[in-house]
Amino acid sequence: MSDTLPLSIINNRRMDKWLHFQSDRTLRLAVGKVELGQGNVTALAQIAAEELDVSLARIAVLSGDTQDAPDEGQTTSSQSIEVSGRSVRLVTAELRARVLDRLAQRLNCAPEDIAVEDGAFLLADAPTGHDYWNFIQSDDFDADITGTATPKPPSSYRVVGQPVPRRDLPAKISGAGFIHDMVRPDMLHARVLRQPNRGATLVSFDEAPVRRAAGGDFRVVQVGNFVAFVGANETVVQRAAAAAPQHAVWDKVRKLTPDMQEAAWLVGQPSNDRVLYSDEPPPETVVEASYSRPYVAHAAMAPSCALAEYRDGHLSVWSHTQGPYPLRDSLANVLGLPAASITVRHAHGAGCYGHNGADDTAVDAAVIAREVPGPCIRVQWRREEEFGFEPFGTAMHVTVRAALDDAGKPLDWTAEIWAATHVQRPSSGGNMLTHEALPTPPPDPRPTDPPEANGGGGTRNAVPAYDFPVKRIVHHLVRQPPVRTSALRGLGALPNVFALECFMDELADRAGVDPVQYRLSLLSDPRARRLIENVAVRSGLAGRGPAGSGRGLGMGWARYKNKAAYAAVAVEVEVDREVQVRRVWCAADAGLVINPDGGKNQLDGGIVQAISMTLKEQVKLDATGVASLDWASYPILKFSEVPDIETEIIHAPDLPTLGMGECTFGPTAAAIGNAVAHALGVRIRDMPLTRERIAAALLRG
Amino acid sequence: MPIELLVNGTAARVSAADTTPLLDVLRNELDLKGTRYGCGLEQCGSCMVLLDGKPEYACAREIGTIAGRSVTTIEGLGGNHPLQRAFLDEQAGQCGYCLSGILMSAKALLDTNPSPSRAEIVAALDVHLCRCGAQPRILRAVEKAALLMREGDRS
Repeated sequence: MSDTLPLSIINNRRMDKWLHFQSDRTLRLAVGKVELGQGNVTALAQIAAEELDVSLARIAVLSGDTQDAPDEGQTTSSQSIEVSGRSVRLVTAELRARVLDRLAQRLNCAPEDIAVEDGAFLLADAPTGHDYWNFIQSDDFDADITGTATPKPPSSYRVVGQPVPRRDLPAKISGAGFIHDMVRPDMLHARVLRQPNRGATLVSFDEAPVRRAAGGDFRVVQVGNFVAFVGANETVVQRAAAAAPQHAVWDKVRKLTPDMQEAAWLVGQPSNDRVLYSDEPPPETVVEASYSRPYVAHAAMAPSCALAEYRDGHLSVWSHTQGPYPLRDSLANVLGLPAASITVRHAHGAGCYGHNGADDTAVDAAVIAREVPGPCIRVQWRREEEFGFEPFGTAMHVTVRAALDDAGKPLDWTAEIWAATHVQRPSSGGNMLTHEALPTPPPDPRPTDPPEANGGGGTRNAVPAYDFPVKRIVHHLVRQPPVRTSALRGLGALPNVFALECFMDELADRAGVDPVQYRLSLLSDPRARRLIENVAVRSGLAGRGPAGSGRGLGMGWARYKNKAAYAAVAVEVEVDREVQVRRVWCAADAGLVINPDGGKNQLDGGIVQAISMTLKEQVKLDATGVASLDWASYPILKFSEVPDIETEIIHAPDLPTLGMGECTFGPTAAAIGNAVAHALGVRIRDMPLTRERIAAALLRG
Repeated sequence: MPIELLVNGTAARVSAADTTPLLDVLRNELDLKGTRYGCGLEQCGSCMVLLDGKPEYACAREIGTIAGRSVTTIEGLGGNHPLQRAFLDEQAGQCGYCLSGILMSAKALLDTNPSPSRAEIVAALDVHLCRCGAQPRILRAVEKAALLMREGDRS
C-alpha cells in the first residue's frame, strides 16, 4: 500500500461525498468513475461490500453525478479499480473503523472483538442490537478521510475475488438501461448540421428543400456556424438532418489528399520532437524495420446521444461521457455559465473505448437547450455523424532500430515514433466540436500528449521491458493531422507493442533462435516470464513447424503502460487470401483481481477488438473529410471471424490490483503480426493486414 | 388512416405516416424503447425484430409495408425467457447495446431449430455486430438457452 492517498480521495476528502446510509437498511456508494460496459461499478460495489461486511444487495451505486458523486475526473486508462477501487477500499475501511471504535468504547471491548454480519454488529457471536444504520452518527461523516484505516487482508476476502454478475446487465437484456431510452416531460428531438471542419463558415442554407424532405414541423436553431433541427417528431428531424448537408454551402472547407489517410504521411510533417530515456548518441550500424497503424475509429454500436434542459438559469445535462466533472467544466467554458449552474449526470451509452462523440453531443444538446429554454432537448447523432466526426485514434508510424551483439541481441534499441496527439479532450488542449462552430470559437487546439508518468500517448509501451543496455525513444508529435484525434483504447500501446514484439521476432529469426527463448534470454521480470512460458506451452509455439505453410503461430506480450496489468497472447492463424485467426491463448496477471469474470470479459473483449483493428480497420478520407461513414466502408470483426479464445488469469491476490481493461490489446496485434509472418514466410508490417497487403507481401517474397 | 398490427401479441393502432420507419414507431409511438438505433442502414443488427417470427431490420422498414403483420420485440421476450436467463448466466455482453437485436435473432433460430450447431448459431448471428468483443460469450449463451429450452424450460 502506497503512503500517498489516491488522487480520488485527495480531491474528495469528505466521507459523505462517498457514502450515505439510507433508512431502508441500504447504503449508497457514490463514485466518479462510470460504467462504460467494462463492469467497473460492479467491482467497486464488491470492494465496499467486502470492507463494510454488508451484502452486495444492500449497496446501491451512484456513479458520475456532479451534484451527488465525487469528482474522479475521466474514466480512462484502466484506472477505475487501481485508483477508484483503492479509494473505495480506504473510505469504507475508515468508516467501518470509526464506527467500530466508538461501539467498542460503548461496549467496553476491543474493536477487533466486534464482528460485522451484513451490517449488523455482533459481540461474541451475539447480536449487540447495533448496526450501521442505527449506530452511525453525523460526525462519522463530518471529518475528512485520513486514509489511515487498515483494510482487510486479502486472505480474508469473501466478496472480492468472486465472479459477481454485472449489476447493469439485467436491464440491458430486457430492452432498457440506456440514455437513448430516456424520456423527459416535454422532450424535443434534435439533430445537427455539422460544420465540416474547424474554420469552415456557412455561406448559405436552403431551408425549403430540407423542409420538404423532412415532411413535418421543426424549428431551425442557428448560432453562428452551428445549425440544429428541433421538433417533437424524431423521424422528421432525422430526415431534415439527413437532407441538410446537400443544401448547405460552406466556405473554407479543408482540402485533403488520399495519401493523408496513411500513417506514412506523418513522417516529415511539422512536429514537436523529443528524445527520451537515453542521451547516448545512436549507433551507426543498426538493423531496422518500420511498422504502422492507420487512423482507427472507436465505432461505438450506438451513435452518441445526450439530453439537456435549461430552466431558470440552471443547465441539467445527461450524457454517456467518460468524465461528468470535466464535461461540466467544458460546458461552463463553452456557454459562459458558472459551473455551479450546471449539473451533469452520467447515463449509460454503448461501449466507447475512449473519447468518441459523447461529450460533443452533450455540448450540442446544451447549446440548443439554451436557445430553446424549458423543454428537454434530446440530441441523437446519426451513424454517419459518429463515423464522420468522432475523434479517431491517431495513425502511427514506428521505426525500430537495434545495434546487435555477436549473439544477435540488442545492445542499443531505438523506437522512433511519428503520431498525432493521443488525447485531445478540452482538458488536454482540445476543443469541443460545437464550440468551434459558435460565433466565438476557441483557439486552435494545442498538440499535447499525456506525460510519461501517466503512461505517455504516442510513447505508450514504446520502451521495451527487455534488458537492453541502451533504450531510446524518439517521439515526433505531429502538429496538424488531417482529422481530429484523441484517446482510443490503449493509446499508442497497440502500434508500439506491434512494432516492438514483431521486431523481436525478426531479430530472433535473424539470430536463428526460437522467438520464445530469445525473449526469455532478455527478460528478467518473473511475472512476464511466467506468462510467456504459459502461452508458449499451451499454444505449442515452441514446436511450431517451418514458416510458409499457410498456418502460423505467433505471440506477443506487454505490461500495459509498463506499470499496469501484464498479458501474453499467442494466436494461430490461417492465411489464404485473407487472415483468419483460428485460436487464441491468453495469460494475464493483474495482481488482485476484484471480479475474475468481469476481468476475463475485458481481456477477451480486448482480444476480439484488437483482432478487428489489426486485420480490418482503417478510417478512409476523401477530398473534404471522412469517407468511411458506415459499417460497409468501416468493417469490423464479425461473429464468423471471431476465434476460440482460452484465457487464464494468473492470480496474485497479495499484489496490488493492476488495471486490465487494455492489456491484451497490443499483445494481440503483435501475436497476429508474428503468426502471419510464420504462416506466409514473409512479414507484413503495416496494419490492417488486408488481402491486398498479403498479395503484395507474397509478390515481394 | 391508422395502421393496425400485432405487437408482442397485442393489437396496436399506429397513427404515424406510412413511410415512418418501424424503429421510430416502436420507440416513439408505442414506447417500446428496447429496439435500438444503430445505423439506420440495415448493417449492424441493433434494431432486429421478428416479423411473423422471422428476423427483420426495423430501422429502414416503413410501417406502411407491414400492416396487419405480427411484430415481436425484445420486450416480447418478457424478461425471464430462457435466452435472457442464459445471457445472464454467461454474463454475455459488455455494454449490451447490441443484445436486443441479437436476442431476437437467437429467438428466431431456436424457435425453428431447437438444437443448432455452433456453426448454425454463428450463421444466424453473423449479421449482428458487437464492438465490445462479447461474441464468444454470446455464442455460449445461445447454446445454453437451446439446452434450457430443450429441457422444457420455456417459462
